[in-house]
Amino acid sequence: MKKSNGRGKTLTRRAMVLAGGKVALLAALAGRLYYLQVVQAPKFSMLADENRINIRLLVPPRGLIVDRFGVPLAINRPTYQAVVIPEQAGNINETLDVVGALVPLTEADRHRVLRDIRNHHSFVPIVLREDMDWNEMARIDVNAVDLPGVSIEQGLIRHYVFGDETSHVVGYVAPVSEQELNSDDPLVELPDFRVGKSGVEKQYDLELRGTAGTSEVEVNAFGRVVRELAHEDGIAGDQIVLGLDMDLQDIAMRRCAAQGSASAIVIDSWTGEVLALASAPGFDPSAFASGLSPAQWKALVDNPYNPLENKAIAGTYSPGSTFKPLVATAALEAGVITPDTEFFCPGEYHLGNTVFHCWKKGGHGTLSVRRAIKESCDVFFYHTADLVGIDRIAQMANRLGLGVKTDIDIPGEKTGLIPTRAWKLATTGVAWQRGETLSCGIGQSFVSVTPLQLATYVARIATGHTVKPVLARDGGVMTASSPIATAISHAFAPLGVQQKTLDVIRDAMYGVVNEVHGTAYGARIQDPTMIMAGKTGTAQVHHIAREIRDRGVVTGTKVPWKDRDHALFIAFAPVAAPRYVCSVVVEHGGATGGEGGAVAAPIAHDLLLEAQKRDPARRVPPVPFDAAKLAQG
Amino acid sequence: MRWLYDPSQTQQTLSVKLLNVNWPLVALVTTIAGVGFAMLYSAGNGSWHPWAERQVVRYLVAALVMLVVAMVDIRVWLRAAYGFYAVTMILLIAVEVRGAIGMGAQRWIDLGIIQIQPSEFMKIALVMVLARYFNGMPVEEIRNPVKLIVPALLILVPAAMVLKQPDLGTAIMLVLGGAAMFFLAGVRLWKFAVMFAVAGAVVPFAWHHLREYQKNRILTFLNPENDPLGAGYHSLQAKIAVGSGGVFGKGYLSGTQAHLSFLPERQTDFIFTILGEEFGLVGGLVLLALYAVVFAYGYAIAFRSRSHFGRLLAFGITTNLFLYVFINVAMVIGLLPVVGVPLPLVSYGGTSMLTVMFGFGLLMSVYVHRDVRIGRYGEAEI
Repeated sequence: MKKSNGRGKTLTRRAMVLAGGKVALLAALAGRLYYLQVVQAPKFSMLADENRINIRLLVPPRGLIVDRFGVPLAINRPTYQAVVIPEQAGNINETLDVVGALVPLTEADRHRVLRDIRNHHSFVPIVLREDMDWNEMARIDVNAVDLPGVSIEQGLIRHYVFGDETSHVVGYVAPVSEQELNSDDPLVELPDFRVGKSGVEKQYDLELRGTAGTSEVEVNAFGRVVRELAHEDGIAGDQIVLGLDMDLQDIAMRRCAAQGSASAIVIDSWTGEVLALASAPGFDPSAFASGLSPAQWKALVDNPYNPLENKAIAGTYSPGSTFKPLVATAALEAGVITPDTEFFCPGEYHLGNTVFHCWKKGGHGTLSVRRAIKESCDVFFYHTADLVGIDRIAQMANRLGLGVKTDIDIPGEKTGLIPTRAWKLATTGVAWQRGETLSCGIGQSFVSVTPLQLATYVARIATGHTVKPVLARDGGVMTASSPIATAISHAFAPLGVQQKTLDVIRDAMYGVVNEVHGTAYGARIQDPTMIMAGKTGTAQVHHIAREIRDRGVVTGTKVPWKDRDHALFIAFAPVAAPRYVCSVVVEHGGATGGEGGAVAAPIAHDLLLEAQKRDPARRVPPVPFDAAKLAQG
Repeated sequence: MRWLYDPSQTQQTLSVKLLNVNWPLVALVTTIAGVGFAMLYSAGNGSWHPWAERQVVRYLVAALVMLVVAMVDIRVWLRAAYGFYAVTMILLIAVEVRGAIGMGAQRWIDLGIIQIQPSEFMKIALVMVLARYFNGMPVEEIRNPVKLIVPALLILVPAAMVLKQPDLGTAIMLVLGGAAMFFLAGVRLWKFAVMFAVAGAVVPFAWHHLREYQKNRILTFLNPENDPLGAGYHSLQAKIAVGSGGVFGKGYLSGTQAHLSFLPERQTDFIFTILGEEFGLVGGLVLLALYAVVFAYGYAIAFRSRSHFGRLLAFGITTNLFLYVFINVAMVIGLLPVVGVPLPLVSYGGTSMLTVMFGFGLLMSVYVHRDVRIGRYGEAEI
């Protein structure tokens, strides 16, 4: 038994050692609990909140874009989608049958829905049908009793009330692209968010976006929303008011579209506000908001009229004879000619061995600058250009807004080109040729300009001030009590061109439209208070070789459309107090293959007549448009 | 020669035995089980269904088993030890065979009425068999290393089988529980040093045999931040739950981690997180204190026992219980890797509850028969 007692003592001793170890380990547990729950408690509390609280951003309504009278151009249309929560729906096939009986549901839709249901937790809402109209939504809504788990979600989708008529001005929105994701704005991460991709939508994107709202929700480990803890509505984006007059824009777009590929601009030169900026054909900008199909995209890209190009600001054309008033201005200001200087036009002009032709076979006889502009004599301007030189022409062109960007507030503007001696040497390495000055003198050769530059140029001739075109309008929507501009804006500095020079040019342009033998006599405005002055132009697309000219120049519809000349016209009105200016470019002479005076001038006639009739001094603004009524179609 | 013969201690009537049951310990055990019911009610998002109600029923059944075990003479348990071990071993083999035939991990045997987990029973069986083995062994034999081969195999064979199931937690429990029995029996310390060395040599080999998820858990324990959504998820979410509870907790039924399902296994191995989250440091320490009192009771019962077998059994069971509690809480609060060990009396689970209560039954049997003297082979020493 002694031995047994010995092992008993060992047992007791060792049990006490174990007990000591256990106490130490329990103390370690207590210490660890203290560390976690006291020392590190703030950190873990934060992590627990991060676990359970999910902050979701709410897309704010995008700001509206309206015309000068408040007519909505870009709005947010309510869109409805039917969603189903599978766990509440019961038999999903029955649900699909019932929904299919109410709204069209293709076989592909059914497959997508069933696949989505398999791939998600059963509490995740699955979209049954997107972009339903109000009637379809209502049909589902009234049958809600038969459709457990089905609900209607409302969203907003960008809608362009006038579709293709404003597509080049207002632009469009589309889903955020890869590059645009690198933005500080958290909104760009949201799948429903759209950004401006062109036009005013792009230029004023940040103003239009607004501020995101937030919804703080408690979620469980599977992402199921348990409840909403806090909700803050976003702030809608700013409304952008354009100087555009939608009625005028409508006329301009219709007239241009009738000519196939054309552009027209009307500017109030006293304020610089663009009243109409048409580039035909347009495209449906609403389609971009929901995403274009490859077929739609291909149709747009393959269209020979190039509907995606905003020709008014990005089309570059030889100005043709519309350049002649500018050459005359440069020459008069340089003093190389006076209003009475006369040249003889025999129908051609010889420089060395080269012969330069006048458009009029047989020539104009002896004429001074007024008749040279009125009848668009080429030989007179070969003389004049040769005298004044290309650099002084270029200097004046830039001063009047040609060959430089107008900085209009939509992206995509082209610079065009006004050549100088230095430019040619630098780009081609070949010295300037005298003959090139002659070609440039009638707006051909290297010279190229945009329709917007032409409108700016005529606005500067018409006012004598450095008018700059602008789309967004200061001072908001016009109402009956809005102040009306009664003189040229103080923001526009004088051009520094002598008044007498301007008077000669304007008077000659009066002759172009209002006197017999004027190249646009057929397009005159007869109302004596609204008389228009202007200048025609025809821009060669292809150089006419001597042998072809010898055989007789072929014009009009006899040559392929792509090879026909462009028809141009610039104009201002009323002549007594010039205010409204217009430029029209009809590519390849339009539907009839006609020249500036025959095709482009009538469009300018209609636009300037309408612009003057709508002059704010003569009219009260229309009854404000009901945006809601429009939105519902 | 009173210590040689005391008929009143060997021939107690049932009513006397019932009176001799350590009722304060029963109350303590019930209190801890009550904490478990409350936690399971919370884990069920404030509902008796599905866990709390079944746990109460299990506890009542297990409590009955405990009392029955306590009534049975300690010598009967001594004699039954080898048989009990053998039966458990057969069940373990049966599970292994079925697991080999079936798919994946197999720890359960379905007896129709209840499903049992033989590896759980093995924890108690091992204590019983080692207590009997060392009871029958004088000091000089304990010093003979050859005599230790059999008990070492008694530990290592089931441990290896459990490890292969694979159930790392239970395997560790078996090895540590068995080692504690060796230590209590008086095995020389240098032999433990040798075993540590051997174990150290075996580690690379064992590592090779661990399942991928077990390796991940150990690696993740060593560096939990490197995989917060994968293998580290359990560990991190448990720490967030306990840590965010602070000193006084978020309040009963208000634990966000538990109620928003961020805690996996919250009703079984990770039930301590609910306590830590909803009752904070105070709640956790109170539960640990309750367990500490239970351990103290176990020690008191062991010291009070006059038989070597009773003492070994009581110390062994108490140590086993301690290992349960320590490993579970330590893994939940990130002191040990996540190995599947339930929190005794609190975690949801039938076999675990039955095993623990069976252990308490044996402990009480030791107390009820505290004055019974037992010879080397289980006979009463008269």
